[in-house]
Amino acid sequence: MDALDVARWQFGVTTVYHFLFVPLTIGLSVLVAVLQTIWVRTGDERYLRLTRFYGKLFLVNFAMGVVTGIVQEFQFGMNWSDYSRFVGDVFGVPLAIEALFAFFLESTFLGLWIFGWERLPRRLHLACIWIAAAGSTASAYFILAANSWMQNPVGYQVDAAGRARLTDFGAVLTNKVTLVTFPHTLAGCFLVAGALMTAVALWHLVKHGTETFRPALRLGAWVTLAAAAAVAVTGDTQGKIMTEVQPMKMAAAEALYQTEQPAAFSVLTIGTLDGGQEVFAIKIPYLLSWLGTGDTHGRVEGIDDLQAQYAAQFGPGTYNPVIPVTYWSFRLMIGLGMLAALVALVALWSQRRGRTPTSRWLARASLALPLLPLAANIFGWIFTEMGRQPWLVFGEMLTRDGVSRSVSLTEVLTSFTAFTLVYAALAIIEVRLLVRYARAGLPAAPDRVLEHA
Amino acid sequence: MELTTVWFVLVAALFTGYFVLEGFDFGVGALLPVLGRDEPQRRMLLGTIGPVWDGNEVWVITAGGAMFAAFPAWYATLFSALYLPLLLILLALILRGVAFEYRGMRDHPTWRARWDAAIVFGSTAPAFLWGVAFANIARGLPLAPDGDYTGGLLDLLHPYALLGGVVTLSLFVTHGAVFLALKTEAPIRARAARAATRVGPLALAALAAFAVWTLTTRSAPAAAVAAAASVATLCGALAANRARREGWAFVGTALTIGLLVVTLFTALYPAVLPSTLPTGDLTVTNAASSPYTLRLMTWVAAIFAPLVLLYQGWTYWVFRKRVTTADNGYH
Ligand code: HDD
Ligand code: HEM
Ligand code: HEM
Repeated sequence: MDALDVARWQFGVTTVYHFLFVPLTIGLSVLVAVLQTIWVRTGDERYLRLTRFYGKLFLVNFAMGVVTGIVQEFQFGMNWSDYSRFVGDVFGVPLAIEALFAFFLESTFLGLWIFGWERLPRRLHLACIWIAAAGSTASAYFILAANSWMQNPVGYQVDAAGRARLTDFGAVLTNKVTLVTFPHTLAGCFLVAGALMTAVALWHLVKHGTETFRPALRLGAWVTLAAAAAVAVTGDTQGKIMTEVQPMKMAAAEALYQTEQPAAFSVLTIGTLDGGQEVFAIKIPYLLSWLGTGDTHGRVEGIDDLQAQYAAQFGPGTYNPVIPVTYWSFRLMIGLGMLAALVALVALWSQRRGRTPTSRWLARASLALPLLPLAANIFGWIFTEMGRQPWLVFGEMLTRDGVSRSVSLTEVLTSFTAFTLVYAALAIIEVRLLVRYARAGLPAAPDRVLEHA
Repeated sequence: MELTTVWFVLVAALFTGYFVLEGFDFGVGALLPVLGRDEPQRRMLLGTIGPVWDGNEVWVITAGGAMFAAFPAWYATLFSALYLPLLLILLALILRGVAFEYRGMRDHPTWRARWDAAIVFGSTAPAFLWGVAFANIARGLPLAPDGDYTGGLLDLLHPYALLGGVVTLSLFVTHGAVFLALKTEAPIRARAARAATRVGPLALAALAAFAVWTLTTRSAPAAAVAAAASVATLCGALAANRARREGWAFVGTALTIGLLVVTLFTALYPAVLPSTLPTGDLTVTNAASSPYTLRLMTWVAAIFAPLVLLYQGWTYWVFRKRVTTADNGYH
């Protein structure tokens, strides 16, 4: 183990952790804003109570999103200083805009929303949560533009000193990978938020028959279903773009060693442990060709051919990611996400035409429901990032060349250990708090808010 | 003015904004157990910064982002060199941020006491460490020809750097106390003013010593003026505090902190990170991004920075009233 490995583990662990909170912040802020809007427009007190209830869950989550995000930003300079020197000109720009434009909006207006219930006029107060939500979404766009640049670098030139120089920022913002990653990630976020809303509402409806939760269940379940559809449609487009710009990632997603035309989609492939050979497989003919190229007879390149091609282009070395990781994370992303949609569908069905669901199984399923799409999101990132390996910036910089040379193994180990321990402790506290609030159920509508016009 | 200089000034401005704003919420956090003797009082203290601390913290995120975009080599060298201090700052900011939000979420004395400890640590440690970090920047670091840091942790703990830490810690505590005197009602109000009277002279002595030490190593006429002004405004702030002119006292400590940051940055210019080895400094020129990036970023800053100032200013206006124990404050 060297400093590089630890730095990679640290980035992986802290990013995955950050992304446990991001989807809820992005998705739930909008859903809470919708609930509050209904309250402001109809004056129906139930929606105020729902707003306060889901708003609290949102806040428990938001605090963690903020503090883990700062670590991400500092980490580039601390652990990946050669990477930062190489890409700062390009990569720093969306990051700086994200902070200046999006984070300021988000944090300032959320502060106003939390503390402004009794101080701001009703509509202005409502506007605050919408603005904060818009800030979150904007922040996702800029950071995804930065990340997409690493997957598919555009709008730059490498200068004589070997640094990437930005030449066209428009190209960075309209990178085709960004344009499809943004809706896909956003849809994934709404899948999580919708699932959480549904799950809590379902649990209360089954356990206590709390009628007020019925509209929340409906809203949450419909959002979940719509998000699942959106995730599938955008994911399909992403697959095609990925085949074009990172064919190795597509081959790795499928553990496709030999180029095929037409190519079959693997539902399940068991290979040798190192992923080097296929032992057993269930396949659907033509499907991979269609997914990757949009043509049932399209050609999908295999790992071995790509490896030979890259070795010729970039010099000797191994250019494929860890195949079992990409293969399984890709399947888990899709599978767990779709399973969440299925549960949401059952939940919706169970309360059709005013029925009150009573099944113990539904109450149990509601506990798993928010975890499914959350895990799907994490697997999506693991797939995207691990599938890019060994590149840090595809075709330009290898991961091992980006690490800070002046930072010792002891230092990285110290920080890795510290973050992992602190994050683990905070995770336990946060989950307990969430469960506590989710269980406690709806708060009474606060008089002071009702009186304050 | 060259765009590289513009961005040097902007990075300085962002750090100035950060220390002036987060400075008082660090101070409030550090003073929490000293001034807040029971739960309603502590809630009153935290209520003064509740709506604004996160917005204040974004200033450092933006400063880091601006450094990354405008001077990648500066960002890369500095952040990897100050590895362990930054790690501690990050851990402190994590605990503090979570503590602000979570302490009120359960009504239990042990629960609150633990988060209060996190707030005190999370506010005191960064208040000290930022001073250490900036003193190291002003003093310079041993840099290899490729810009990498060649020293170890102990090189960062030079007496000058430690004095820098004492300066920021004592200044932020004074700033926080003055802020509390301005924003609270009895009994905190008078107690906070007294705290400022006690810590203020220490801050003044540390600041004066630090200013002289800085100027003996890096003499620049503009830096000398800023340093003198910084000391003078702190004297003014302490006098105003004694006279119970709370608004003026706060303006005074805010100016002191701002001028201190200005002193350090003017003393540096045109270097952004001097090397203590004969390898050459990182400067606004050799650490900078391409002219295209700088031009682009200038437009972005010209559009968004005034907006940010406008709506953050508005937030302070919305929450301008003094916080009382009757306010339900935090959640
Ligand atoms: C798709 C969305 C997304 C992704 C991929 C990332 N983030 Fe994030 N980040 C957000 C979406 C987000 C957010 C929704 O805007 C957060 C989450 C919770 C929050 O408070 O804001 C946030 C918070 C957040 C903060 C704190 C902002 C504040 O104080 O208000 C910082 C500094 C970062 N992030 C930085 C990063 C970096 C450097 C990332 C890359 C490794 C990253 N984030 C990945
Ligand atoms: C949009 C923001 C990003 C997200 C959500 C993200 C997510 C991830 C995930 C999930 C992993 C896999 C962790 C693992 O399996 O160990 C990972 C690994 C990694 N990412 Fe990213 N990433 C982002 C941006 C970046 C950026 C900007 C860098 C630039 C330095 C980067 C560098 C790395 C590195 C070095 C690894 C470790 C690779 C490995 O362990 O094989 N990522 N990231
Ligand atoms: C039919 C279903 C899906 C398909 C076809 C699909 C396809 C893809 C593809 C091809 C990528 C990699 C893009 C790249 O690296 O260039 C990806 C990434 C990702 N997926 Fe999915 N996906 C599906 C479902 C889901 C679900 C259900 C979720 C979460 C709830 C999800 C979350 C993510 C995330 C967070 C990423 C990483 C960010 C990104 O590159 O967009 N996906 N997906």
